[in-house]
Amino acid sequence: MGERALVEVRNLTKIFPGIRALDDVHLTLRCGEVHALIGENGAGKSTLVKVLTGVYTPTDGTIALEGSEVSFKSAIDAQQAGIVAIHQEASMFPELSVTENIFMGHHLRRGRARTLDWKAMRTQTEELLARMQLDIDPDTLVKNLSTAKRHMVEITKALSLDAKLVIMDEPTSALTAREVEDLFRIVRSLKEAGKAILFISHKFDEIFEICDYYTVYRDGQYIGEGRVDQSSEDQIIKMMIGRSIDQLYPDHTPTLGQEILKVEQLSQLGAFKDVSFSLHEGEILGLFGLVGAGRTEVARTIFGIDRASGGSISFDGKRFEPKSAMHAMKAGIALVPEDRQRQGLVLKMSLTHNISLPVLKTLSAKGVVTTKKREQRYVLEHGQQMEIRAAGYHVDAETLSGGNQQKVVLAKWIGTKPRILILDEPTKGIDVATKAAVHQFICDMASQGVAVILISSELPEILGMSDRILVMHEGRQMAILDASEATAETVMRHAIATVREEVHHG
Amino acid sequence: METRSDLVAKNRLIDETGLKARLIEFFTKWEVILIFIAIAVFLFFNAKSRYFLDWFNLMNATFQFSEKAIMALPMIFIIMCGDIDISIASIIALCAYVVGNAALGGASIPTLIVLSLLVGALAGLFNGVLITTLEMPAIAVTLATQSIYRGISIGLLGDQARTKFPPNFGVLGQEFVSGTIIPIEFVLYLVLMLIFAFVLHKTTYGRHLYAIGNSSEAARFSGINVKAVRIINFTLTGLFCGLTAVLLASRILSVRSNIATGWDLEIITLVVLGGVSITGGRGTVFGVFIGSLVVGYLKFGMGLLKLSGTLMTIVIGTLLICAVLLPRLLDLYKANRKLRIQAQR
Amino acid sequence: MAERSKMTFIRRAMVRREFTLVALLVIMLVPITLRSPQFLSVANINRILNDMAILAIVAIGQFFVILCGGIDLSVGSIIAFTGMVCGMVNESHPSISPFVLLALGIGVGLLMGLFNGVLVAYGKIPPIITTLGTVNIYRGMTFLLSGGSWVTAHELSVAYIAFPRNTFLKISYLLWIAFAIIGLFYYIGRYTRTGREVYAIGGNPTAAKFVGVNENKIRVVVFVISGTLCGLAGALWTARYASAVNEMATGFEMQTVAACVLGGVNFSGGAGGIIGVALGTLFLGIVTNALPVVYLSVFWQTFVQGLIILIALALNTISDQRKSRRVLQERRG
Repeated sequence: MGERALVEVRNLTKIFPGIRALDDVHLTLRCGEVHALIGENGAGKSTLVKVLTGVYTPTDGTIALEGSEVSFKSAIDAQQAGIVAIHQEASMFPELSVTENIFMGHHLRRGRARTLDWKAMRTQTEELLARMQLDIDPDTLVKNLSTAKRHMVEITKALSLDAKLVIMDEPTSALTAREVEDLFRIVRSLKEAGKAILFISHKFDEIFEICDYYTVYRDGQYIGEGRVDQSSEDQIIKMMIGRSIDQLYPDHTPTLGQEILKVEQLSQLGAFKDVSFSLHEGEILGLFGLVGAGRTEVARTIFGIDRASGGSISFDGKRFEPKSAMHAMKAGIALVPEDRQRQGLVLKMSLTHNISLPVLKTLSAKGVVTTKKREQRYVLEHGQQMEIRAAGYHVDAETLSGGNQQKVVLAKWIGTKPRILILDEPTKGIDVATKAAVHQFICDMASQGVAVILISSELPEILGMSDRILVMHEGRQMAILDASEATAETVMRHAIATVREEVHHG
Repeated sequence: METRSDLVAKNRLIDETGLKARLIEFFTKWEVILIFIAIAVFLFFNAKSRYFLDWFNLMNATFQFSEKAIMALPMIFIIMCGDIDISIASIIALCAYVVGNAALGGASIPTLIVLSLLVGALAGLFNGVLITTLEMPAIAVTLATQSIYRGISIGLLGDQARTKFPPNFGVLGQEFVSGTIIPIEFVLYLVLMLIFAFVLHKTTYGRHLYAIGNSSEAARFSGINVKAVRIINFTLTGLFCGLTAVLLASRILSVRSNIATGWDLEIITLVVLGGVSITGGRGTVFGVFIGSLVVGYLKFGMGLLKLSGTLMTIVIGTLLICAVLLPRLLDLYKANRKLRIQAQR
Repeated sequence: MAERSKMTFIRRAMVRREFTLVALLVIMLVPITLRSPQFLSVANINRILNDMAILAIVAIGQFFVILCGGIDLSVGSIIAFTGMVCGMVNESHPSISPFVLLALGIGVGLLMGLFNGVLVAYGKIPPIITTLGTVNIYRGMTFLLSGGSWVTAHELSVAYIAFPRNTFLKISYLLWIAFAIIGLFYYIGRYTRTGREVYAIGGNPTAAKFVGVNENKIRVVVFVISGTLCGLAGALWTARYASAVNEMATGFEMQTVAACVLGGVNFSGGAGGIIGVALGTLFLGIVTNALPVVYLSVFWQTFVQGLIILIALALNTISDQRKSRRVLQERRG
C-alpha cells in the first residue's frame, strides 16, 4: 500500500446560492490505494468530484497535488495535471470509434503536416485494451457498446492520458455481476501500477471487496475516515446516517380509508421489476432507494408517462392502464416531478399560467376560451394556500427561488383535486423553511384523505413522514416496512441490499 | 458568453419601477420596433412616390401578399411548438393540381374547395403522423415530403398547365367586396388573422402551444397531449395549404406544377420576422401581422420605384437577421444598464 | 486470430451505412441493366457522374454544417453570386485564365461562408435563421450585381466554358475536381484535428468542451468550408451551363441536404462520413437517370427522390430504436 499522499484536500468549502454543498471537508488520497468516498445522496460527493476535476472552483480551502497547491481553472487543467474522472453518465461521442474517443482532445500527430496518426493511435489503443485484457475492437463505434464496455473505454482513456488519479463515480451502477468483476480486475491493475483511485459507491459489498481506505461525508461535512479492513459495515453505516433527527416532522396519525391503488408485479424493461404494493386513502407511502433504484421510473409509469412492460395496476379495484399523463390526471393522480425546472414548470411562463396549466379546461368557458377572471381567482386561491413569495403572479417562474418554484408546482397540482399525490424528491435543493412547509402540506393532504407516495433520498424525511416504507434496490423491491418497525439502519440495509445476502447465506 | 435566457432572468431579477425603465422595456419589444419599421416604410415610399399612399393602390397591393400572409398563420402554431414545415409550397402545388384537374372535369366551385381542403389536410396529417410516431425531426420529414408532394404534381401534370375553371371561380382571388375597394382575399386574411390571434392568446389550445414550445416535457407532465397538438398543427397547416391553393388558382387562373415554388422559406421568414422564436414558445399573431404588412408593402413600394425585387430580398434578409440579433443585443444593453445602476447604488 | 479479425471486418462493414448504400445501388442496377444494357456503358456512367459532380462538391460542405448540428440554406445563393461574379469578370476580361476564375469563386465564397459562420458562432443566431436571412441577402446581391441581366454563352470565353469539359486521362476536369474535393475532405475529416473536432462538437458539445474544443471556432469553420465549396461550385456552374443567370441553383440547398440524409447523416449531429455523402449523391444521380429506362417519365423524378429520402429516414430511425431497445435489454434483463 502506498504511503505518499498524492492529493490532499484541506478545509474545502463550496457554497452555492443558499446551500453549503461542502463545508470544511478533508480528503487524502495516496498512490496505489483505492479510496472509497461514502455518503448518502446529497452528502457532497459529486460536488467534491467536480471541484477535483476543475468543473467548480472552491469557495475556500486548498487542494494539494504531490505536495504543491493547485487551482484548476477548467476541466482541461485538471486533466493535464493527471486527474481524470469516469462519469456516471458517460461523456463520450457515441458516433465515433473507440480509438477516436480515447484520443479525442490529445490526438497523436505525425510528420511536418501534423496529420493525425491513426495507425499509431490504433496500435496504442490495442495495447491499452490488451493491457486491460479487454476484448473490444478499437474500430467499433461507441454507440454499439454496452454500458459496461463504455466504462472500460473511459478507463482506458484515463490510462492513455497517463492519469495519476482516477475518479470513479458510481462505476458499477449499470453493470452486471460479471462486468463488475472485470472492472475490479482493472481497478486492481491500476492500483498495482501505482495510481490513486477514488471510488464512489453506495454498495458496501463492493467497498469491502475493492477499497483500502474510506472517508465518510454527510450533509456536506467531513465525518471521518479509516481503513476498510479495520472497520465493520455497522460502523460505516452509523457514520453515514448517524445524524440526530433534530428536524421536526409534523404529527400525522393516519386514518386509513379504503384501498385506492394496488400495484402487482409491475415491471418496466431495464428500469424496475416486480414491484407490488397497495395504497390506501390518507396513507403516506415512502419510497426509498439510492440513485438508480428505479423509484422515479415507478412513479412515471403510474402517472402514464412511460408504459409498463409487465404487471398490473388497479385503481379503485378496477384495472387501470394509464396511457398518458392526461389519462392518469383525469383518473385523479398527480405527480410532482423531481426535475422541477424541466418537468415541473414551464420556466418562461408566468406563475398564473403555470398554476392553471393542468386545469385550463375546467377554468375556461365551454372548455375552450380561457376566462381571465376565473383563472386569476383560482390561481390566487391556490397560490395563497401555498404562501408563494413573488413580486406578483405575472412574473415568470424562472425568476423565483427553488423553494418558491416548488410551491408553485404544488399549487399547480392541488387544484386538480388529486386522490393520489406522487411527490418525487419534493424537498431537494430547497431551504429549511420551505421544506417544513412542504412537509406540513403533505400531512394536510393525507389527513384530507389523499393517498400520498413520497419518493425521497433523505432517510430522515422518509422515516419522519411515512406510514409505510417501500425500499428499492437496483430496480427491485426489497421490502415494505411499517413505520413502527423501520429504523434508519434497517431501511439503509435494505437499500444497499445487504439484507438479501444475509438471507441467502443464512 | 451568456445565453439569452440568462440575461432575461437577470433583467427580471432587478425590480423595474422607474418610468424610464418602463419606456425602455416598451420600446425594445420587437412588435413595437416592427411598428416603427412599418411607419418608416410608409413615410419613405410616400416621400419617394406620390402613388404610394393612395387607398386604391394600397388595397390593390394586398393581392400580392394576402395568400402568403394567410399561410403564415398556421405556420405560427408549428414554429411556436418548435417544429418547422418546409413542405407547404409543395402541398399548395398538390392541391392546386387537384383543383385544376377537377375543374377540367367540370366540378363545381364548392366541390373544388372541399377537395382542395381535404387533400391539403391529408397531406398535413401525413406529415404530422410521420414526425410524431417515428420521432424524426420535422425539418427532415418535411424535406422528404416536400419532394413527394411536389413530385406528385410534377409527375401528373408534367409541363402542362390547367387553365379551364368554372365561370366565377376568379371571384375569390380577384374581386373586391361589393361596393368597396377592399379585396375579398384581404378581408378573408383579416378575419382569419383575428381568429388565430384569438385562438393563440385566449384559448386553452393557445396556452398549450406556448407551454409545449417552452418545454415540451413540462407540458407532457402537465397532462397535455403533446403529440396530438403537433399533429393538429400540421393538419391545420395542410388545410390552409388547400385554402391557399384555391385562392392562388382563383387569382391567376392557371395551375402549373411549379406553382408557389420557394414559398416555404418566404412564409417561414414572415413568421420569424414577426418575432416568433424559431426554437418555439415566444411570439404573437400581431407581430406576424405587422411583419407581413412590412414585407408586403416593401415589395409594393420597391415595385413602384422600379427596384423590381432587387434590393427587396436583401432588405428582408437583413431584417430577418436583425429580428433575432437585435433583441439579443437589447437584452445585453438592458442587463448592462441595470448593472451600472446597481453599481451606482 | 486472422480469422476473427476478418469476421469482424465483414460484420463491421455490414452495419455501416456505406455498405447498405452500395448494396442498394447494386440491387437497383441489376434490373436496370437487364432492361437497358447500355445504362452501364462508360459513356452513360460518365454522363451521370458529370451531372452529379457539382452536387457532390456542395453536399460535402452541407455535410460539415449538418455534422455539427446546423443547416446551410444559403448554398444556392452563394453559388449564384459567385457564379455571377465569375461570369461577369469573364465577360469583361475574356482572356482571363479559368484557374483565376476558380480562385475568385473560392475566395468570394469563403467570405460569404465566413459571414454566415460569424453570425452563427458569435451572434448566437440559430443556423437555420442566419442562412434563411443570407439566402435572401446573397440572392439580392446577385441581382444587384447583374442589374437583372444574364451573362450568356457567347459573352463567356471559350476557354472558360470548355474548362469543365476538358479531359485528362479521358476524365473531365469537373470530375477530377469533384474527386479531389472528396479526397481532400475525406482527409480533412479524418486526419486533421479540426476535422475530428467537428465530429466532437456535433456528437456531444459538452464533452467536446471538456476535451478543449473551441466551439465557436468550429462553428465558423464549417460555414467557411460550406461557403468555399459553394464558391468553387459557382465558378464551375457558370462554365458548365455556359451562362450566369440570377435564378441559378435556386432550391439547390434541398438537394444537398437530401444527399446528406441519404448518406446516413442525421440531424441531431455527429454522425456520417464523406464517402456516405458521395454515395448518397451518386444514388440520387442514378435514380434520376434510371427513370426513363424503367419507362417512368422524368417528371416523376422529384417524387421518387422524396420517397427515397423518406425511406432512408425511416430506416435510420427504426434501426436506432431497435439498438436502444437492445441496450436496455442488456441492462438488468
